[in-house]
Amino acid sequence: MIPRFADGDWVRISLRTERRHHRVPAYAKGQVGVVERVCDDLFHPPEEIAFGDAGRWEHVYRVRLRQTDLWPEYGGPEHDCLELEIFEHWLEAADE
Amino acid sequence: MDTSSSFASQRIGPHDMGGLPAEAIDRREHDAAYWERQVDAMVMLLFGKGVITDFAQVRRGIEALAPDVYERLSYYERWASAAADRAIEQGLVTREELAERVAAIRKRTAL
Amino acid sequence: MSEHAHDHAHDHPHRHPPQPDHPEPASDYQLMGVALNELLIEKGVYTAAELRDRIADIESVEPETHGARVIAKAWADPDFKQLLLADGNAAITGLGLNPGYTVLTVLENRPKLHNVVVCTLCSCYPRTLLGRPPTWYKSGAYRSRLVREPRAVLREFGTDVPADVEVRVHDSNAELRYLVMPLRPAGTDGLSEEELAALITRDSMIGVAPPLEAQLQV
Repeated sequence: MIPRFADGDWVRISLRTERRHHRVPAYAKGQVGVVERVCDDLFHPPEEIAFGDAGRWEHVYRVRLRQTDLWPEYGGPEHDCLELEIFEHWLEAADE
Repeated sequence: MDTSSSFASQRIGPHDMGGLPAEAIDRREHDAAYWERQVDAMVMLLFGKGVITDFAQVRRGIEALAPDVYERLSYYERWASAAADRAIEQGLVTREELAERVAAIRKRTAL
Repeated sequence: MSEHAHDHAHDHPHRHPPQPDHPEPASDYQLMGVALNELLIEKGVYTAAELRDRIADIESVEPETHGARVIAKAWADPDFKQLLLADGNAAITGLGLNPGYTVLTVLENRPKLHNVVVCTLCSCYPRTLLGRPPTWYKSGAYRSRLVREPRAVLREFGTDVPADVEVRVHDSNAELRYLVMPLRPAGTDGLSEEELAALITRDSMIGVAPPLEAQLQV
């Protein structure tokens, strides 16, 4: 299974309402960042595995976000970052 | 801090806590009580036995707690609740059996 | 014998709440946990012995003997360090330790990079190397604030990160579990792996505190 994104790609974490169990924190939704790494393994999307083994596997990406993008009042330096793991179906390509 | 910022409206459960305003962190450490270690081991065992095949199956039970319940319960109480949901869902116990046993334990441990 | 598995070698003050003479009446949810366990044993889902063994297994994992040992070896052995950073599960399995069912990812601190870990959505933690997470790691306050004001949180732990050093927060929100590899303190060249491990505290492997300084040899 070929990952849709590669290290260094700019991506947007989707901004959508999802009522099922999922692992995208609210603070990260709609944010734009860079793929820090494509995780090696494939995983079951939490929305599906929470209700039984759906059998589907997907790529997961570590996405790097800038703290000054996340928090308008962030008091630390510009180079501070936050990284978290996002399933492929929660990512879209983004322009820099 | 601005709690009306747009991301707060995206929260879909009480567990989604990143970025909310909060107080100073209480860094005191607590030994886990025996019942807590039991709950912890029970969840791990249920995973080992295939009753839970992914922790998403228990996390969703925790996330489905009403916000005031989520806030009120301790960490292991939440896991006990979610483990019970999963065991009931998997047909291992019924809610009635569980309620009866809780009442029986209360009775037999009453002073 | 001490029942708790954390080290006392961090320098922030803490105390354990005293055990009450008369414990609070058990909550419904606490009893639900106890009741569920009894019923599951009666129904043969697992045995009482299996539960006792599992409790003992969990208790046997301490940061000092597990996580610190891994980091100390990485400090001392460049080949191991390379493997650990590239494939944490393989490196840890090679030491005879259990990486768990998730992807153990080691985050290397550097002179201009300080890593710190949280799980905002629940409390995911590298349990097979650090044991159970401390209460504060699971708290709403830590989960809420570390992602938004990490430097203020670190200061509460007594850790001041200079502005020219990047603070990188890792939200352990899915399939990876993180262990911070702190910077090896100065003056530790002659130390054995065991002596190095003694400097590596649980808090330094979460990222809220630095490792201990080497004692000056007189």
